[in-house]
Amino acid sequence: MSIHATHIARPVTVSRVMLKVLAALLPGIAVSAYCFGPGVLLQLLLATVTALGAEAAVLRLRQRPVTPALADLSAVVTAWLLALSMPPLGAWWMIVLATLFAIVLGKQVYGGLGHNPFNPAMVGFAVMIVSFPAQMAAWGTPLTTLDAAAQLQWIVTHTLPAGSNLDAISSATPLDVLKTGLLQGGQTAGQLLQQPRFGHWGNAGGEWVALAWALGGLWLWQQKLIPWRTPLAMLAGVLAVSLPLWLWQPAHYASPLFHLLNGATLLAAGFIVTDPVSGSTTPLGRLIFGFLVGVLMVVIRVFGGFPDAVAFAVLIMNMAVPFIDQTTQPRVFGRKGGRHA
Amino acid sequence: MTTLLYALLVMVALALLLGAILGYASVRFKVDADPLVDKIDDILPQTQCGQCGHPGCRPYAEAIASGDEDINKCPPGGEDGIRKLAELLGVDFKPFDAGAAQPKPKAVALIDEATCIGCTLCIQACPVDAILGSAKQMHTIIASECTGCELCLPPCPVDCIRMIPHGTDLTNWKWRYPTIPIKAVKP
Amino acid sequence: MSRLYDFHGGIHPPQHKDAATGSPIQALPLPPLLHIALAQSVGNAARPTVAVGQHVRKGETLAEPDGRLSAAVHAPTSGTITAIGPHPFAHPSGLPVDTLTLQPDGLDEWQPRQPLDWQQADGTALRKHLQAMGVVGLGGAAFPTHLKLAAGQLATLVVNGAECEPFISCDDLLMRERATSIVDGIRIAAHALQAGEVLIGIEDNKPQAIAAMQAACAGTAYRVVSIPTKYPSGGAKQLIRILTGIEVPHGTRATDLGVQCLNVGTLYAIARAVLHGEPLLSRIVTVTGAVTRAANYEVAIGTPLAWLLQQAGISDPGTDVIMGGPMMGITLPDLAAGLPKAGNCLIAKSAALFPPRPAEQACIRCGDCASACPAELQPMDLFWFAKSRQFGKAQERHLFDCIECGACSYVCPSQIPLVDYYRFAKSEIWTAERDKKNATLARQRHEFRQFRIERDKSEKAARIAARAAEQAAKLATQAATPVAASTAAASGMDDAKKAAIAAALARAAAQKEAKPLSEQHTSGLDDAKQAAIQAAMARAAARKAAAEAAKAGDAANPDRAATATPAQTGMDDAKRAAIEAAMARAAARKAAAQSAQADNTAAANPDSAATATTSQTGIDDAKRAAIEAAMARAAARKAAAAEAKKDAAP
Repeated sequence: MSIHATHIARPVTVSRVMLKVLAALLPGIAVSAYCFGPGVLLQLLLATVTALGAEAAVLRLRQRPVTPALADLSAVVTAWLLALSMPPLGAWWMIVLATLFAIVLGKQVYGGLGHNPFNPAMVGFAVMIVSFPAQMAAWGTPLTTLDAAAQLQWIVTHTLPAGSNLDAISSATPLDVLKTGLLQGGQTAGQLLQQPRFGHWGNAGGEWVALAWALGGLWLWQQKLIPWRTPLAMLAGVLAVSLPLWLWQPAHYASPLFHLLNGATLLAAGFIVTDPVSGSTTPLGRLIFGFLVGVLMVVIRVFGGFPDAVAFAVLIMNMAVPFIDQTTQPRVFGRKGGRHA
Repeated sequence: MTTLLYALLVMVALALLLGAILGYASVRFKVDADPLVDKIDDILPQTQCGQCGHPGCRPYAEAIASGDEDINKCPPGGEDGIRKLAELLGVDFKPFDAGAAQPKPKAVALIDEATCIGCTLCIQACPVDAILGSAKQMHTIIASECTGCELCLPPCPVDCIRMIPHGTDLTNWKWRYPTIPIKAVKP
Repeated sequence: MSRLYDFHGGIHPPQHKDAATGSPIQALPLPPLLHIALAQSVGNAARPTVAVGQHVRKGETLAEPDGRLSAAVHAPTSGTITAIGPHPFAHPSGLPVDTLTLQPDGLDEWQPRQPLDWQQADGTALRKHLQAMGVVGLGGAAFPTHLKLAAGQLATLVVNGAECEPFISCDDLLMRERATSIVDGIRIAAHALQAGEVLIGIEDNKPQAIAAMQAACAGTAYRVVSIPTKYPSGGAKQLIRILTGIEVPHGTRATDLGVQCLNVGTLYAIARAVLHGEPLLSRIVTVTGAVTRAANYEVAIGTPLAWLLQQAGISDPGTDVIMGGPMMGITLPDLAAGLPKAGNCLIAKSAALFPPRPAEQACIRCGDCASACPAELQPMDLFWFAKSRQFGKAQERHLFDCIECGACSYVCPSQIPLVDYYRFAKSEIWTAERDKKNATLARQRHEFRQFRIERDKSEKAARIAARAAEQAAKLATQAATPVAASTAAASGMDDAKKAAIAAALARAAAQKEAKPLSEQHTSGLDDAKQAAIQAAMARAAARKAAAEAAKAGDAANPDRAATATPAQTGMDDAKRAAIEAAMARAAARKAAAQSAQADNTAAANPDSAATATTSQTGIDDAKRAAIEAAMARAAARKAAAAEAKKDAAP
C-alpha cells in the first residue's frame, strides 16, 4: 500500500533536470571546440570519467547505493562545468586532480548531492588556481593552428610533435594580459586592448563561447529550470562595479562589455550561480546572492591578485547563503505585512 | 616616541570605548536564564517513579544539575529524553546502562476492583494522587492522571494492580516517518 | 465584474474529470448493511441513542451530538440496528471506531419530517436545527456546519464550487442538476450570517455548472464568479483570497475578517434539512479511476465502500482505493468501512493513472516547491527540519501554516513525498505537546501531594497545640470553681466540652482558610504561617471558652458570688487571669515550637522553596510567638482590669 499523502507527481526527476543542464551546455561546448580545438572534448571526457569514478568509490566507502546517485548525473554536470572552466589545453592530471577535489572534497564529504554548502566545481577550480597559478593561466590560443592529434598529444604527454610552436597552443587569457599589462604600467587599457589577442570585443574567439553560454542559460530559464533572479542580479552586480570604474577612468579600467565577455562571467551567470544546492533559495536572497557574486567577481578581477574571480566570488557568497536565507524569509500567506485587500 | 604615545592613547581609548559598549550591552540585553534545575526538570517526564534512585523528578534534576548523577537514569523519558538532556547540558548522548531499567511502552495502572481489599497502601504510594478510595472501600485509578510509575504495584498486598499499555486510537494516532527504501550495497 | 485576486504558487495537474461527468447523478439500490460510524465530523463522536435490535425509521436520530463540536447521526433508511461496536473506518490509521450497523428492511419508511421556518427562526434555532440534522461540511473536512453559521453581520459569504482536485466532480454534477436547491441553501445561510454579499466561485473548467448556477441565481444579488483553474483554488483560504483578496492567516477564523466559506454540497444539505426537514442521510460521491461505470452516485451514508465500488464495476477489487482526491486524499486501509459524510470521491488506482512514485532522491533545493506553495512557505526548509527532527525550527518557519495541499510533493523533481514529512512532523509536535501537558499536570499533582503531606503534618502540630489550649481551658475552669458544688462541676465539664467544640470549630475555620492557599501550591513557609495562625485561632477560641466557662462558673454559684467580698473576687479573678495568661503563653510557645519544627521539616525537604529562608523563618516564628505571648498577656491584663472594675462597681 502506498504510504504517500500525495498520490500523483509531475513526471520530473533530478536526472532529467541534470540532463537538460548538460544539453544547455552543448552549444557552448561546440563553440569552444571550434575555437580552442578538440582538446576541450578530451578535457570533458577526462573530467566525466574521473567524476563518476570518484563518486562511485566514495559512495561505496560510505555504503550508500551507487547506481541511483550516479544516475542523477549531478557528478557529470559538476565535471563538465569544471572542465569548461579549466584551460582547454591543460595537462591531463590537472583536470583529473581538479575533478577529484570537486567530487570528493567539494561534494561527497558533506554527504553528497544536496548537502554541499559550496559549489563543487568551483571548489575544484579554486584549489587548482591557488596551487598551480602558472599552468592555469596558460590558456589555449584561439583558432589555433595545431591539429587535433597534436593537441591530444600535448594534453596527455605534455610534448609536442617536432616543428610545432609552443605559442600556437598556449597564450595568456585576455584577463591575464590586461592585468599584467596594467601592472607593468606604461600602457593604458585602451592601448592594451588594441592587441590582436583581444579581438573585436575584447576576447578573440572567447566572446562567441561566452555568447553560447548565455544562449544555454536562456534556454534553461525558458525551461523553468533556473530562476531569472540570480543570473540577472549577478550581471547587474558586474555592471554596478565595472561601469562606474570605466566611466571614471577608462584608461585604467576595462569596459563592462569586456568583463561580460571575458573569463567565466556568462558561464557563471547561466550555470554556476544558478546551482540550487549551494545558492540562496528565497526570492530576495537570490537577488542578493547573485548581485554580490557579480560585485565580488569584478572587484577581485580588478583589485585582487587573480585574473579571474568567478570561483572565489561564488565560494565566498556560498558561505553567506545560510545567513542570507535566514534573513530573507518570505512572508507567509496571511501573516503580518500581508496583502489585505 | 610620539608615535608610540599616540598608539598607546588610541589603544586605551578604543579599550575604554569597547568596554563601555560591552558593559552597556550586558546590562541592556541581559538574559534572565531559567535556573538549570528548572530546565532539566522540564525535560524529565514527571512520572515521579523513582527509577532513577531519587524521590521524584525534581530531586533527580537537582542531582543532574549538581553533576552528581548521570543523564541516562530515566527510563520513562526514553532515549529521546537523554538526547534532550545531552543537548541541554552539552554532554554526549549516553545509552541506558545494560543492566539498568530500560524504557517500556507507556502504560496506566488498573486496579482489579474485585480483588481490592481497600487497604489504602497504594493511595499512599501514588506520587500524583491518582488513586481514589478510602479504607475498606474499593480503590480506583484516575487513568488520565496516572503517570504509569508503577509505584503502587509493590505495596499492594493482594497484587490486584496491573499495568495496561496505552492503546492507539484516533486521538493519539501518529503519522509515521516516511520510509525511504534503501538498497543494500553488495559487499 | 469585480477583479479577481491571485494566490501564490499553485499547480496544474491533469484533470481526469471527464470520466465521471459524462452521465447524470446515478441512484443506487440499498446495500445489504450500512455501517454508520459515530465519528462523522470534526470534534466529538456522537452518542448513540438506540440499542441493538431496535427498529428505526429513515431519518431517525441514531446518535445525538456530544457537546458543541459534534453533530447528530441518523438512519439513512428504515431497518434494524444489528450491532454497535468497533468497525473499520475510512481513516489512514485503519483503526476501527465505534460504528452502528443498520440492516435495511427495504421499506425506506420515513419518520415524520419537520421543516424549519427559517425566515422566522432566529440564528440559535437554525443552528440547533442543523446540528440535530447532522449537517457537516461536505467539502472534505466535515466541520460541523452549525458552528460555521455562528457569526452575524458578515461582509461576504463565499460559496465554494471550485472543486479543484483532479478526478472529483461531485460538486460539479450537484451544481449542474440541483442548482436551485443550492441557491435555497445560500439564501438560508446568507440570512443566518446576514451576509452583505454572496460570491460563488467556480473554476472555469466547469462551464455547465457555471451556467446552471447563473440561471438559478437569476433575480438574486448572488454573483457567480468564474475563476481560473488552478490547484488548490478550492481550498477555503485560497478561494477567499481569489474572490475577496482577503488572506486568512493560520489560527484566525475567517469570520473575524468578515468572510465565511461554505461548500455547495453543504449548502444543498442545509436546504434539505431546513426546507424539507431531511437530515443528512446521503451525499454525492464520485467513483472513478479503474472502474467500468465511473460516475457520480448518490450514496447513503454508511454504505460499505467495497459494495459501492462493486456497483461501479471495479476491475480489480484488490487495488488500492483513494478516498478524496489524488492530491489530498487518503489511501483506504479497509474497504469494509462505511461511507463517511466527508467521503466525496473514491478513486480505484490503476498503474496507468497512478504510476508508482520513483524513489526519493536528495533535495537539491531547486525551489520549485517554494514556487508552488500556496501558503508561501519554504517547503525545502521545512522538509529539512522535519527530516532531521528539528521540530522547533519547523514550527518557527510556520509548519502549521501548511495546508497539506500536496503542491510541493507534486512538483518535486527529487520525488520527495514532502507532505508525508510535514504530517509526520505535525504528529510529533502534537504528541510532544500532549506529553508536555501531561508532564506539567503530573508535576503539579506531585507538588500538591507534597504540599498536602506537609500541611497534614503542620495541622497535626496545630491540633496538639489546640489540645494544650483545651487543657488550659479545663484547668482554668477548675481554678475558677475551687469550691464549686457538684452541679457546678458538671457545668464546668460541659463548659470544657464546649471549649473543645469551639477549638474544633476554630480548627475547621483555619482549615477552610488554608484551602484556597493550598490551591496555589504554597510552600513550606506558608505552611508554617498557616499552622501558626491556626494555633493562634485555636488558642483564642480556647481562651474565650475559658473566660465563658469562668463566667458560667460564677453564674452557677450566685450565692457564692454574692457573699464573696469584692476583694476576694478581685483576687480570684486576677489570679485566674494570671494563670490563664501563663497557660496561653505556654501554649503559644509550644505552638511556636511546633510550627518552627514544621518549618524545619519543610526546609529539610529539597522540593520546598523555603530552603534559603530557614533561619529567617525561625526568627520570624520566634518573634511571632513572642508577640503572641505578649498579646495574650495584654488580653489577660485587660480582662483582669475589667473584672476588677466590675467587682469594684457594686
